[in-house]
Amino acid sequence: MNIHAIKAIYKFEMARTGRTLLQSVVAPVISTSLYFVVFGSAIGSRITEVEGISYGAFLVPGLIMLSLLTQSVSNAAFGIYFPKFTGTIYELLSAPVSMIEALIGYVGAAATKSIMLGLIILATATFFVDVRIAHPMLMLVFLILTGVTFSLFGFIIGIWADNFEKLQLIPLLIVTPLVFLGGSFYSVSMLPPVWQTITLMNPVTYLVSGFRWSFYEIADVSLWVSLGMIGVFLLACLLVVGWIFRTGYHLRS
Amino acid sequence: MEPVVSIKNLNKTYRGGYQALKNINLDIYPGEIIALLGPNGAGKTTLISTICGIAQPTSGSVTVGGKDIIKDYRDTRSLIGLVPQELTTDSFETPWVTVNFSRGLFGKAPDHAYIEKVLRDVSLWEKRNNKIMTLSGGMKRRLLIAKALSHEPRVLFLDEPTAGVDVELRREMWQLVHRLRENGVTIILTTHYIEEAEEMADRIGVIANGEIILVEDKAALMQKLGKKQLVLDLKQPLTAIPESLASQALELRRDGYQLVYTFDTQADRTGITSLLDALRRENIEFSDLSTTQSSLEQIFVQLLEEA
Repeated sequence: MNIHAIKAIYKFEMARTGRTLLQSVVAPVISTSLYFVVFGSAIGSRITEVEGISYGAFLVPGLIMLSLLTQSVSNAAFGIYFPKFTGTIYELLSAPVSMIEALIGYVGAAATKSIMLGLIILATATFFVDVRIAHPMLMLVFLILTGVTFSLFGFIIGIWADNFEKLQLIPLLIVTPLVFLGGSFYSVSMLPPVWQTITLMNPVTYLVSGFRWSFYEIADVSLWVSLGMIGVFLLACLLVVGWIFRTGYHLRS
Repeated sequence: MEPVVSIKNLNKTYRGGYQALKNINLDIYPGEIIALLGPNGAGKTTLISTICGIAQPTSGSVTVGGKDIIKDYRDTRSLIGLVPQELTTDSFETPWVTVNFSRGLFGKAPDHAYIEKVLRDVSLWEKRNNKIMTLSGGMKRRLLIAKALSHEPRVLFLDEPTAGVDVELRREMWQLVHRLRENGVTIILTTHYIEEAEEMADRIGVIANGEIILVEDKAALMQKLGKKQLVLDLKQPLTAIPESLASQALELRRDGYQLVYTFDTQADRTGITSLLDALRRENIEFSDLSTTQSSLEQIFVQLLEEA
């Protein structure tokens, strides 16, 4: 195992967060605060409670998931796409680094960033609403599993993309709509039956539901189904990454 | 002596079907400087990329330090440093960060003293904390060399190291390469500049259309293919070469004021004495004479024409 290489990649990627502090950390915190103002205060004043929880507090897990998913995907996609774009990837490809090691470095850094961001958003939320976490360990497990899984997904997008448009395409056209329609801002039971069925086809629903359960012990689907779904995504991403490494797809000519 | 890099029957066909390398066989020995010459698209960069792990070989094998580049890629890549042709750098980083990153990537524990030495060797120590985007092209080129040296490689690939580099810097680069060789580093460089190969290399390989046309000791190559010319400045111009001299390899230049005789330095007889005798018989007088040797460039052009 080339531990030095994993450390080097991880450190290098984390250093970028330091340089782009405004974009990486401050921007998501501001946008989350805006969500609280708009949804929590303006609209929330008309929806007093959802399943016994104040609407503002109900929003917190969904908002964290929203940032966690989008940031994991975009951080990891950008992390591997940028060296491809500038050409510095030659060094990674000619180094005594296995693809697993490269993956740990890149995905590890992307997941770390988005998980840190999730925790920052959680801390920000406490300024606006009264947040309680019934199962902190389970909350962390969800945070880490989701961060890692979607960073893997982002890594795949970064390898697949051969221009900046493709890099933005999936996060904008697929991930963001799925998160918005996955029960981040509402309980699935609030929807008409047809939409409930459709919502249950959205994989993000399961992540938000499980994550929210770790806070308030309320969920749209069973906790085990949620954990199972994360496992399925993780496995699917690992299979695709494995295929990429075997074939050298978009990496080695 | 065991070769440090051994290439056997190497073929590379890209996905589109283009065959970039055709049955390449080449042994490179420890401590030598070998220059690979060839026109654009000849396969020089593909050959280097394949040895370094950036491109996958279609068939054939390559060993570095006796280890296979696929099976034992960790061992072989640890031995190799690569300076790519393009100036690909992390613009927002500093030389200090990026060179230390390279060392880690190649599996070496941090060694700040060594990185300082490398940066001083390439005259970038003063610039270590500047953003790379603020460096000049020549500095970026030297930075790429520093990155390639960060893990103390035994074999260094320089892909067109002096492309777009001014004359002074080119000389500095050559000195650096010579210093590296003195430390036992084997150097493989590709170049368009014949002058560069002539100046630096011990051996020269010529690549065209994905094939190695020849690999030869530089001096032997120059001797073998190098033709010499005897140039005579005539007192009176000639309108044509006299018939008695028609069988000689002669040509007239400068409106008949210059007679040029091409001869083979390797032949038993150069034919100079008999030529001078013949000139005397024809009463052709000359005011000056000189000899010139064909440059590697002329040899190169000749080889490509034959290929």
